[in-house]
Amino acid sequence: MNSPVPPGAALPDHPDFLWRTPEPKPSYDVVIVGGGGHGLATAHYLAQNHGITNVAVLERGWLAGGNMARNTTLIRSNYLWDESAAIYEHSLKLWEGLEDDLGYPILFSQRGVLNLAHTEQDVRDSVRRVEANRLNGIDAEWLGPDEVAKICPIVNVSDDIRYPVQGATYQPRAGIAKHDYVAWGFARRADEAGIDIIQDCEVTDFVVDGDRVTTVRTSRGDIACGTVALCAAGHTSVLLDRLGVRTPLQSHPLQALVSELLEPVHPTIVMSNAVHVYVSQAHKGELVMGAGVDGYNGYGQRGAFHVIERQMAAAVELFPVFARAHLLRSWAGIVDVTPDASPIVGHTPYANVLVNAGWGTGGFKATPGIGWAFADTVAHGRPHPLVAPFALDRFVTGALVDEHGAAGVAH
Amino acid sequence: MSRVDGYGRIDRTRTLAFTFDGVGYTAHPGDTLASALLAHGVTTLGTSIRLGRPRGVMGAWTEDPGGLVQIEEPFPEPMLLATTVDVVDGLVARGVAGQGRLAEVADTARYDHRHVHCDVLVVGAGPAGLVAARTAARAGLDVVLVDDRPTPGGTLTGTETVDGRPAPEWVDAVVAELAAAPHVTHLQATTAFGHYDDGFVLALERRGEGSDGGARARDHRIRAGRVVVAAGAIERPIVFEDDDRPGVMLASAARDLLHRHGVLAGREVVVFTVDDSAYAAALDLRQAGASVRVLDGRSEVPPGWTRRCAELDVPVEAGTDVRGTLGSDRVRAALVGESRREVPCDLLLVSGGWNPTAHLFSHVGGPLRWDPELVAFRPAGELPRTTVVGAANGTYALADVLREAGGEDAPTAPPEEITPRGMLWRTAGDPARQFVDIARDATVADIARAVGAGMTSVEHVKRYTTIGTAHDQGKTSGVLASGVTAELLGRPVESLGTTTFRPPFTPVPFAALAGRDRGDLFDPVRTTAVHAWHVAAGAVFEDVGQWKRARHYPAPGEDMAAAVLRECAAVRGSVGIMDGSTLGKIDVRGPDAGVLLDHLYTNLMSTLKVGRVRYGVMCGNDGMVFDDGTVLRLAEDRFLVTTTTGNAAHVLDWMEEWLQTEWPHLRVRLTSVTEQWSIFAVAGPRSRDVVGRVFGDVDVSNDAFGFMTWQDTTLDGVPVRLARISFSGELAFEVSVDAWHAPDLWARLVAAGAEDGITPYGTETMHVLRAEKGYPIIGQDTDGTVTPHDLGMSWAVSKKKPDFVGKRSFARPVATDPQRKQLVSLLPTDATTTLPEGSQIVALPDDGRLPPPPVPMLGHVTSSYRSAALGRPFALALVAGGRDRVGEVVGIPVGDMLIAAQIGGTVLVDPEGARRDG
Repeated sequence: MNSPVPPGAALPDHPDFLWRTPEPKPSYDVVIVGGGGHGLATAHYLAQNHGITNVAVLERGWLAGGNMARNTTLIRSNYLWDESAAIYEHSLKLWEGLEDDLGYPILFSQRGVLNLAHTEQDVRDSVRRVEANRLNGIDAEWLGPDEVAKICPIVNVSDDIRYPVQGATYQPRAGIAKHDYVAWGFARRADEAGIDIIQDCEVTDFVVDGDRVTTVRTSRGDIACGTVALCAAGHTSVLLDRLGVRTPLQSHPLQALVSELLEPVHPTIVMSNAVHVYVSQAHKGELVMGAGVDGYNGYGQRGAFHVIERQMAAAVELFPVFARAHLLRSWAGIVDVTPDASPIVGHTPYANVLVNAGWGTGGFKATPGIGWAFADTVAHGRPHPLVAPFALDRFVTGALVDEHGAAGVAH
Repeated sequence: MSRVDGYGRIDRTRTLAFTFDGVGYTAHPGDTLASALLAHGVTTLGTSIRLGRPRGVMGAWTEDPGGLVQIEEPFPEPMLLATTVDVVDGLVARGVAGQGRLAEVADTARYDHRHVHCDVLVVGAGPAGLVAARTAARAGLDVVLVDDRPTPGGTLTGTETVDGRPAPEWVDAVVAELAAAPHVTHLQATTAFGHYDDGFVLALERRGEGSDGGARARDHRIRAGRVVVAAGAIERPIVFEDDDRPGVMLASAARDLLHRHGVLAGREVVVFTVDDSAYAAALDLRQAGASVRVLDGRSEVPPGWTRRCAELDVPVEAGTDVRGTLGSDRVRAALVGESRREVPCDLLLVSGGWNPTAHLFSHVGGPLRWDPELVAFRPAGELPRTTVVGAANGTYALADVLREAGGEDAPTAPPEEITPRGMLWRTAGDPARQFVDIARDATVADIARAVGAGMTSVEHVKRYTTIGTAHDQGKTSGVLASGVTAELLGRPVESLGTTTFRPPFTPVPFAALAGRDRGDLFDPVRTTAVHAWHVAAGAVFEDVGQWKRARHYPAPGEDMAAAVLRECAAVRGSVGIMDGSTLGKIDVRGPDAGVLLDHLYTNLMSTLKVGRVRYGVMCGNDGMVFDDGTVLRLAEDRFLVTTTTGNAAHVLDWMEEWLQTEWPHLRVRLTSVTEQWSIFAVAGPRSRDVVGRVFGDVDVSNDAFGFMTWQDTTLDGVPVRLARISFSGELAFEVSVDAWHAPDLWARLVAAGAEDGITPYGTETMHVLRAEKGYPIIGQDTDGTVTPHDLGMSWAVSKKKPDFVGKRSFARPVATDPQRKQLVSLLPTDATTTLPEGSQIVALPDDGRLPPPPVPMLGHVTSSYRSAALGRPFALALVAGGRDRVGEVVGIPVGDMLIAAQIGGTVLVDPEGARRDG
């Protein structure tokens, strides 16, 4: 007979109560459109930091059932550009205290992230990013292949692979968390503060008076609003289209997958762009991994299988021991990608409509940070300095924060 | 032993030996690990993940939530269901406690991918699938029939009759007919695990370990004109206290074990059902020698079945239920009815009805709807190219299944009387001991907590309780969880629906999906026509895109730095030769070729004269440089465009996208000729002599063959193109020849240069030489945020052209910000430090020490080398407002040091350009 309960296999208990299911009121000071991680975090910080609680979070499906339920839960702040590093590092600092703040066991585990380099240019880009991180006060190191193997012994650092590992950047404070619990933790605190979380409530249109939206039309009736805060990821462009505002968002499926539960084998997070895969081992023991986006646009939450096959090839190439792990389930989220791979946060041509979208592959890790900064922006009616660089008008001025051009690693 | 004579499709003449949990056992070919262990009376296989409770086999096949094992030999494989493991001689396995273990060594087995095309794909070789496949085959269609079990027949392994014959006989006849049909591929042990749009289905064929050195598994990528889903149905348990105890089993599983493997899973059997189908199991087990008692949860029991039960001395009790079980590692009694009367048993069979296996219908977005008569969710609505038949479609009676799948000339089966099915999710009892998902140790109490916490969506309940997330993905527990949740919410189950079915239907090994795309085949290795020469010359290679490029050619004892200094000195002092064949080459042809290139390059290409060469830059819509290269005008309607090595495919895609989507009216055709042409750079003050020696009939003088011109010639009848292009600032020629003749021409050039000490040089030397001249490498000195102006290449941006890709972005305010980062050189003031590439640049504080973070950054080092020509290290860098800072000293943090370096112009060697013409 085997040992009874394997380590790490048990999940913590949830609170006995999470959120009410209220009927929508006729009017709210703030209507948050989108009950995903960002919408819920914004609601929580509106209440906690700004005392604003006459707030509704409108979710067209089930709470946090979009990208919040579909990401690979990686959290890191080792971004290249100052603007990105600032918001993600602010977020990471909030993550570090979030379990206490929410009073919820979100299984935040700072196990570090290795971003592998496989070519000379990867090495240059990695050094550049590490040096930038350090000058921004973010923990970052450049490691050689031997040091990579010390941190994650199952990575194949030998020369017998197609693109040998030449080293990696390492951020020890990076980690993972349990995505659903994070959303529920935010929802619970928002609900406690009196904020109405309204599921199965799809926003269909807006009533406009001059440069203001006065009413949000929903599948559950009209709701008058003071401020509208859009947190609808890829569907933001559809919503803003209703207001005649064009948003440069491209929505693509991004697939992820899990294996069965395995004994602990992978102690950190490994990401590789050249051999494209990223993988961690979650608390229960399953390998969680993802890779690149599907090429075509769409809101359908499923992708093409060759992307999964390619990802598996990359996984087995980098981690030969994964060969007989099994793909248990695959799914897709919808990443909303902007031309510079940085988010769009702040004002729109409508005075009381604020937007938060375009997080592409970075949305989960940004959740507390953007919730905090967006709530501040909503509360004060001006962009918080952390989000100011991400204004919609940068696509006109050209003041881009180009993370995909700039050696910023995806995801 | 619980093996019974006269049953099963096992080969009793042969015996296999295997080990489980350290104990040796025997089995027969045709046994699964589950059947072999049950034959030996082993009912507990492992322990549960959270509570450490005993777990055993509960299902017949992939739906089993309980019987997980770890394979150790012949090769470690985690978390397989014992019901799906074929016993082979020497098999070593053990039970698991919720987590599997990976091998510590790489898997050397081979895995293949196959592309399969057919008119009709039939998934499932049960009654529906066999009839559907036969009908399609008789119509002359290309048919592929896959079935996940080792042998066909589905549920037709028992006592049914088809066309008046025993069902197994009928199955054999159909299989024989299919085997004889010319366009039918019939694969058993092949699981269709994913269905994607447009008739694309993935199927994994399991072929066994080391099967004759062939593939262990094949991933069939099937593209079918029509997909017929005939995947059957999965029996649903009923929840009661301690329903997770080994010995509690789906009725269909016990029947399957008997008929496929000759195993009688218990001698003293209680059958608890709300569905007629369990009666067949009861009677079959009775006939195999067990004592059997049926407890029917419905007040009305089926009269026909009851009569047959009476004939065989099987008591039937109506309107009662099972409330719990007694036992330790194995059930010893059922607790029956309100009084919890103890009914002794060693096997408790359960049937709460059936769930259609509609996964492949759902994968492509097919909706499911609750059918109250069926007491199940079944496919609703039509999908293009997809048909669901038989039990997968909610058609359960055999006669109906055959008719639905076979139409007019379908085989027949005796009619069945159906007593209305009962809807029973759970019986009364302690919710904390009522297991809904046995694989996850999740109970009714867990669902109740989720509902109590405010959750009303099955997706939330799933995530809160983890029901349906285990290896079986809720095959038995998913709908059950919906039902229990609905009951607790006081809502109809149809308002809740099910969670989403997603691929794969059953777990698939990573390696099977990777196929052969591993090692050298992970990404194609591309080598030039002269690769063998480079290898023989001792070159060290680097990966550039998919290409292997010679990086440097170390002489004995040399490291890279020494080799590169030597190669650089050779080029600047005499002559060197480099294989530039990896450059992307695109043949642009058609009357509007010049128009297209004018649209795509920042400078004018249409004005280029035939016989001449021009350097060009391409930008994205954002005005940022993304590629560069030379353009040769070959004829009025023909250009040869070269691209960077790593970007060749991307540039071609880019050009095609514009051509096909924005300017389809342009008469231009694009053809990649990267592989067809080899290009050698012969560079250095003696290059003219070397080229002149090889091509005696070409006047290579500066007057006859000017810079940025090209000429065609022949060598022994072989066409060769010569061009005066220099990426080193030296007098240089590019020699192009078709790839077939390339090794010979390379050898001739090397031989002709011997007297000048011609030196082969690699990409590293090329990089140093070009950097000394301030020529950027796109992708190294740029990062997608750099305009041509930032590179000091305003001269390459046409002011005349009305438009080109990127032009409008140059008009944005930020494009002319004087603080934009600009390409400059850096000379470390100590004249000895080689700055690491990628280093950041900061203002140099007065005290020369790096202040604490955050420290504003001015830019970064893009390229850095030691220069033979300068006798010192130097670097290129992007620096904010860099051109206005020339002469300024900045700091570069390197480890704990802050290195001072002076900003300069980009051209460090031969700024007058005197060396270019020799």
